[in-house]
Amino acid sequence: MIDYLTDPAHWTGKDGIWMLLAEHLLYSFIALIVACAIAIPLGLYIGYTRKGQFLVAGLANALRALPTVGLLILMVMIISPFFASRLAFVIPSLIVLVLLAVPPILTSTYAGIMAVDASAVDAAKGMGFRPMRVLTQVQIPCATPLILSGIRSSLLQIISTATVAAYISLGGLGRLLIDGRAQNDYGQMAAGAVLVAALALVFELGLGYLTKRVVSPGLSRRTVKERRRETVGVPVPA
Amino acid sequence: MNFEWLARQSDYILGLVGWHIVLAVTPLILGLLIALPIGLLAHRKRIVYTPIIGTAGLLYTVPSLALFVLLPQVLGTRILDPLNIIVALTVYTVALLVRVVTDALASVPEETIQAATAMGYRGWQRFLLVELPVGIPVISAGMRVAAVSNVSLVSIAALLGIPQIGSLFTQGFQLRFYTPIIAGIILCLVLALVLDGIIMFITRRLTPWTPKVVTS
Repeated sequence: MIDYLTDPAHWTGKDGIWMLLAEHLLYSFIALIVACAIAIPLGLYIGYTRKGQFLVAGLANALRALPTVGLLILMVMIISPFFASRLAFVIPSLIVLVLLAVPPILTSTYAGIMAVDASAVDAAKGMGFRPMRVLTQVQIPCATPLILSGIRSSLLQIISTATVAAYISLGGLGRLLIDGRAQNDYGQMAAGAVLVAALALVFELGLGYLTKRVVSPGLSRRTVKERRRETVGVPVPA
Repeated sequence: MNFEWLARQSDYILGLVGWHIVLAVTPLILGLLIALPIGLLAHRKRIVYTPIIGTAGLLYTVPSLALFVLLPQVLGTRILDPLNIIVALTVYTVALLVRVVTDALASVPEETIQAATAMGYRGWQRFLLVELPVGIPVISAGMRVAAVSNVSLVSIAALLGIPQIGSLFTQGFQLRFYTPIIAGIILCLVLALVLDGIIMFITRRLTPWTPKVVTS
């Protein structure tokens, strides 16, 4: 493994580690942005109107039981005949990644909005804030820690699943694992595994730090909330 | 769906389901047994709480395929050894349940503990006969999450060639044949549902004092 990682020839070029890393990050961020664009507005709506939460909670749990590999392969076989190029593998993979990333963001967004202290909302209303302003200036800032923790678990899920997607010819760091397995090259597999694990850890710690920085210091009950919040959206590895 | 194929392959598929159950359930039980003392320690000693919970959280972030690949080097096993999967999923289960056990013990009302102490329960006796049983509903909720995600994670091991239900996915992909893939997804869902049901059943038997309402 060390030999594989220290050989400069493995880092550069079209199939080099830097290229795979860039691909992995590209797919991950596209999937994350699409998932956020779907899940955050929907979560805000459900949290604000308090409609449909049971439906969504049930759906999120059912998705957890779906085997990622099976779903991915099924999607590729159904969708790939419609695309001629490399998109035949990229599009189905992105769909699965988004599908897996939406539930954690969705549940944490509406849970975050609903957990906002009712007296803070009442105070804002009493001060004459219109509903939209209550949402954007009071409820969303108060719900930020929870929303961010949902995004964090989604991103980790995406990074893990993008690794698995290498099996159906997607690029990214998973290539090292799958190609290494095919070539019986344990060094290559282990190098890929270490890089993927490191990538996940970097994002976990980085987003954890970002959460601490972004959250309004006015939410001084943070230490109390922190423990309750973590139990809401339990991240699941993939 | 080609039911004829399924009927012809039923022995093979049954074998895969058997392996899947072994690979998903063994880590669940081992994980609970390991998480209980660690969770107790984190609950009792404030100083170790943050490092234990933090480490558990970080272990949980390592992608499963990476863990499956790295464990042979740590354990000295071979890449195709099912033991790698059992150890990897035990690590995840422990990482998940340590926090759950601490939360469960923290959820025991102070009055209950005081009442137990007043009745003469001390130390281990109080833990085993009062705190742990009262915390069962919370632990059970964590076990349900762990069980369902274990079933889904085991199938990833198919990418390395370890036989279980996930093998149907790789087989279907190689043959461009829908039947095994759909059958595999359904089997995984059913297995997750059955495990979830068993955990709920055991929980209800262990906690006869809770009202008999159907949750979720």
